Amino acid sequence: MSIAAPASQSGTLAEVLGVFRRIASTFTGTMGLFIVAMVISAAIFAPWITPYDPDALDVMRRFQNPSATHWLGTDHLGRDLFSRLIMGSRIAMAVALSAIAIAMITGTLLGIAAASLPAHIERIILILFDVIASFPSLVLALAVVAVFGPSTQLVVVIVAVTLIPVFGRVARAQVLTINNAPYIEAERLLGASYARIVVSHLLPNIAGPLVVLASMEIPVVITIEAGLSFIGLGVRPPLASWGTLIYDGYAYLSDSKLPVIIASSALGLATLGFTLFGEALRDAVDPRLNRDH
Amino acid sequence: MIETARYLASRLVTTALIVFGAMLLLFTLSAIVPGDPASALLGPQATPEYRAQFIKDMGLDRPFHERLLVFFGNLLTGNLGTDILSGKPVWSIISSVLPFTFILTFAAIGLAVLLGVPLGCFAAVRRGSIFDHILAFISVAFIAIPSFVIAIFLLLIFSIWLDWLPVLGEGKSGDWLDQARRLILPTTALAVGWIGFIARLVRTSMLEVMGENYIRTSRAYGLSERLVTYKYALKNACIPTIAILGMGVGRLLGGAVLVEIVFSRPGLGRLIFDAIATRNYPVLQGAVFVVVLIFVVTNLLVDLSYSAIDPRIRRQAGREAMPR
Repeated sequence: MSIAAPASQSGTLAEVLGVFRRIASTFTGTMGLFIVAMVISAAIFAPWITPYDPDALDVMRRFQNPSATHWLGTDHLGRDLFSRLIMGSRIAMAVALSAIAIAMITGTLLGIAAASLPAHIERIILILFDVIASFPSLVLALAVVAVFGPSTQLVVVIVAVTLIPVFGRVARAQVLTINNAPYIEAERLLGASYARIVVSHLLPNIAGPLVVLASMEIPVVITIEAGLSFIGLGVRPPLASWGTLIYDGYAYLSDSKLPVIIASSALGLATLGFTLFGEALRDAVDPRLNRDH
Repeated sequence: MIETARYLASRLVTTALIVFGAMLLLFTLSAIVPGDPASALLGPQATPEYRAQFIKDMGLDRPFHERLLVFFGNLLTGNLGTDILSGKPVWSIISSVLPFTFILTFAAIGLAVLLGVPLGCFAAVRRGSIFDHILAFISVAFIAIPSFVIAIFLLLIFSIWLDWLPVLGEGKSGDWLDQARRLILPTTALAVGWIGFIARLVRTSMLEVMGENYIRTSRAYGLSERLVTYKYALKNACIPTIAILGMGVGRLLGGAVLVEIVFSRPGLGRLIFDAIATRNYPVLQGAVFVVVLIFVVTNLLVDLSYSAIDPRIRRQAGREAMPR
């Protein structure tokens, strides 16, 4: 039996490049990668890409058709749709990434704690996970938002809380498997502290599955944010979220169908892209997780 | 056996805790409404006399722990309180819209099973064919795109451009044909993601089952391929699918909220939305409580049926993207 530590999954640049090469080796993976790259660059470079101030009103030019001056036309207040769409990607990514980061950190810590602490504490943490996972997240979000009023930060917190068990359970399961590995046993015999084992062995080894999970949850969070904003309970106008763009377009459907079509297509395309990317990443990092093959 | 009993006990305890947690959350929310609850509920126009009466009626002048006990006692006896706007009991308001949500949800699940199972089965039989590849892509697209986006596109295409189906509302009461026609688009919008999800699940589990020994044996006995595939294999491939469907109830209810709003259909979702808009907290609390109750009870039933049918099913769930 070898007691050598396995190579860390989230390691060198070469390994990361290898993962991306495997993602790009399939049609759906390439498509996902392309859409994700577009959305992320739009989010990062939004202030430089947007031709107009996304909130600038120009009521004389409302409901304009796409043209050289307004690439995707204008909305009911004459605001440039292309600029608002680009800013929307920023909101979507900000909400998704911050909610997932909070959930991933909290969930991983709780998961490691559950796997490492005495059985009765583990049981309490697991029950906590079950309780949180048992609430329908959108309905929970509606109830909380109804009381505190719509706010972007609140959406982030609610979504983060509902995602904690997702990460916590995977982290715990991974740690339980690794905890019994001979090389961890060897580290312990050599006198390594638990903190050292966690930082230098457990975290690097559970990072892969957690990153896959995070990427697969991104479209879910984008959908919740857009859904809440669509019914006026998420991001507040005039801030341009894809959900508020769809809401505005839907309210003025009789005047112009274009805004709602463009905004819905953007949202649909983004969620599709992130889903394709997430699944391709899962297959590239750990083919065993896909039961199709 | 002890393992099963233990699992059963822990599931029941968790369920009780969840319901308790939901009740506590709802009470806390009503207790921490920014500003004082009376003005939040009655609005700024209420006269001081009416406010005083209201505070007395609602028991807001009593100490916190007493209010908590009364709230829990009421919920346990099925008393969800009274709607301040109409004066009707909250439960009667909820039960009047509940059938609409149930019909929509069940119609959507039915449609998803009706289309998803044959599609997935067909894809498994023709594994690697063009049909299989196209279906694989369409399934992901269906799963990934939010149901309210699909609802909007269906509405644009079939109601506005083609003018084939009526757009909004639930239809005239008593006119079954009209009601059924108005159910088509919302049902489809809600079902689309699940069609993709079920097709994928059935395909995967068909491929697993087709590799089993008993399938090889039945082939060796000379049974026709059709009989082996559609009778013996499909039957076993469907069990995990049906069980996993139960997990989707929560998401389906969440999706139903948005779809009901897009098509302005009455239902639990619409009720919650309207209650938020009018700051009608008793109705909001009652409706959210009922949704959580439906969700938790369905999850419990599904979980128990898992362990009765095949405990391995649990592990299969949660690795695939689910409809939004």
